[in-house]
Amino acid sequence: MKIHEYQAKGILKKYGVAVPRGEMAESREQAEAAARNLFGAGASGVVVKAQIHAGGRGKGGGVKIAKSAEEASEIASKMLGMTLVTHQTGPEGRIVRRLLIEETLPIEKELYLGIVIDRAEARPVFMASAAGGMEIEQVAAENPAAILKEYIDPGMGLEAFQARKLAFALGLKQQQINQAVQFMTGLYRAFEETDSSLMEINPFITCTDGRLFALDAKMNFDDNAMFRHPELRELRDITEEDPLEVEASKYALNYIKLDGNVGCMVNGAGLAMATMDIIKYAGGMPANFLDVGGGANAEQVTHAFEILLSDKNVRAVLINIFGGILRVDTLATGVVEAAKKTQIQLPIVLRLEGTNVEAGREILKQSGFNFIVAETMKDAADKVVAAARTSA
Amino acid sequence: MSILVDKSTRVIVQGLTGREGTFHAKACAEYGTQIVGGVTPGKGGTTHESWPVFNTVQEAVDKTAADTSIIFVPPPYAADAIMEAADAEVELIVCITEGIPTLDMVRAWEFLQNRRARLIGPNCPGIISPGKCKIGIMPARIHKQGPIGIVSRSGTLTYEAVYQLTTRGIGQSTAIGIGGDPIIGTNFVDALELFNRDPQTEAVIMIGEIGGNAEETAAEYVKAHMRKPVVGFIAGQTAPPGRRMGHAGAIISGGKGTAAEKIKAMETAGIRVAKSPAAIGDTVAAAIGMAARA
Repeated sequence: MKIHEYQAKGILKKYGVAVPRGEMAESREQAEAAARNLFGAGASGVVVKAQIHAGGRGKGGGVKIAKSAEEASEIASKMLGMTLVTHQTGPEGRIVRRLLIEETLPIEKELYLGIVIDRAEARPVFMASAAGGMEIEQVAAENPAAILKEYIDPGMGLEAFQARKLAFALGLKQQQINQAVQFMTGLYRAFEETDSSLMEINPFITCTDGRLFALDAKMNFDDNAMFRHPELRELRDITEEDPLEVEASKYALNYIKLDGNVGCMVNGAGLAMATMDIIKYAGGMPANFLDVGGGANAEQVTHAFEILLSDKNVRAVLINIFGGILRVDTLATGVVEAAKKTQIQLPIVLRLEGTNVEAGREILKQSGFNFIVAETMKDAADKVVAAARTSA
Repeated sequence: MSILVDKSTRVIVQGLTGREGTFHAKACAEYGTQIVGGVTPGKGGTTHESWPVFNTVQEAVDKTAADTSIIFVPPPYAADAIMEAADAEVELIVCITEGIPTLDMVRAWEFLQNRRARLIGPNCPGIISPGKCKIGIMPARIHKQGPIGIVSRSGTLTYEAVYQLTTRGIGQSTAIGIGGDPIIGTNFVDALELFNRDPQTEAVIMIGEIGGNAEETAAEYVKAHMRKPVVGFIAGQTAPPGRRMGHAGAIISGGKGTAAEKIKAMETAGIRVAKSPAAIGDTVAAAIGMAARA
């Protein structure tokens, strides 16, 4: 689960991590009031930052500096409602609905801090780099030695000595070291206590007056741990997500919308990806990833079908099920119900294998619908791609 | 031979009294697996489907001499269940549970270091040595005893590969699903080492997917040590970056973990990579034909 920058900064503040003073605004009036407060509190300028779940906002025109509350108001009125396109949003961009109005700071240096789970080491790794402001992936590719790493013992957390090592290696001044240790250990506590899967402070800045701040903040949470964080679940902004994906998540279905015209429904994530791949090999393009899971019931299958068909680009559907836990007759019942309910006109290719497959095929045959039955994955892919061409 | 499990393996089921636990314990027992009891805290002293139920794994191990545990405990409690089994000195822990918080697994993984238990999973279909023992949720009837070892990050895609082999008359020594999570116990290299030593296994299929670099590490192992032909497949060749494709571990992030990179590393190591998932069976048939001639 992703959250906005202003939400991440709100969390970090509670852990003693220094963030610039600022407020979230959803209207021009709120933005102007926030700017007025900041100027009143001594800020020399304010920055208006578009809040969307994607990086690269500065280059896309989503970060602008104002020298007065009036100017901030002017910028806010233009930014709210605009479609912001960055290298992470895709060409369709995102509509800006919220802004963060923040004080500007006398930046001296831009550094990088990040925490992720290192899979091979099976523990969190705290990363620091003097090359702040840049994409860390680019730094990692061009100069991996520039990224400093401290692995974290899960029973202990980030120790002060580890933070000190990173702070000195980043070239921080003597009088900034204790401040940096407090900053970094606070970051790690926030990471652990919120069950984060990723945290990035890019840039982590030093100011000409010696202070340290998180100028930007990105936090992603582990979806699997959200059951124990009801307060974090409240931070979800569904306007940032695809409406079909939101709908799918209500029924515990794993759906990701893609750009093609062959809808697919599969059980199991690996087989679902492999099905997308084979559609492409057959000359088609998958319209989605959809894993109905191992234990899906007929009702879930019906919902899955409806979601799949509400994508208007879909011209044909491939259902590829290898029934282990999910029995094929259960699936067939769900498909027939969904076909009746949605009065489907599109061609549907089914490739079914596994537990109760004979009963499943019988249900399809008796249904009166003209399903196309395929024997193997390749056969299924060829048939559905051909069907998508003719029905388009 | 086969790896890790056979007819002598004695299995307890953590979460036996739940719906999934009961269903699959019965299916495993029908296959011939020695299920010797279950653990459900608070239900100790009762029997369930004629199996004795214990409050703790320690008690279950003491009373039944079990050496293996299969876990169907819900995600919030599953990492704790893994640690409890390891603490009771079970030799093999198979964790089926999907959706365990990553930081819970970080702690459990740490706990497993310097303990004798080997973990398979979590978020996996389990392990089967056809004709001998099934500890997992895979459909038994598609399997056939034979010479091919399978190690895979994906459940249903493993079934697909097994099915393609069996319909071509090629059997399997052992099939292990290592799981789709970022942090897992047994990894590709561990499984490849075991297959390399197993006399029944003549060739191995490794089925990977996007995300992480486990396949690249496995390819290095294959290049340096593997004495048997290896066939590979990577799912997610068309997956978009930055999106988690169902499995918590299946995500291309920061331009890393792409299928193209993995396929390249595997081919460089001499692994025959099936480009299409439909070609896994034929690629294996060709590989063992080659091996016989060599």
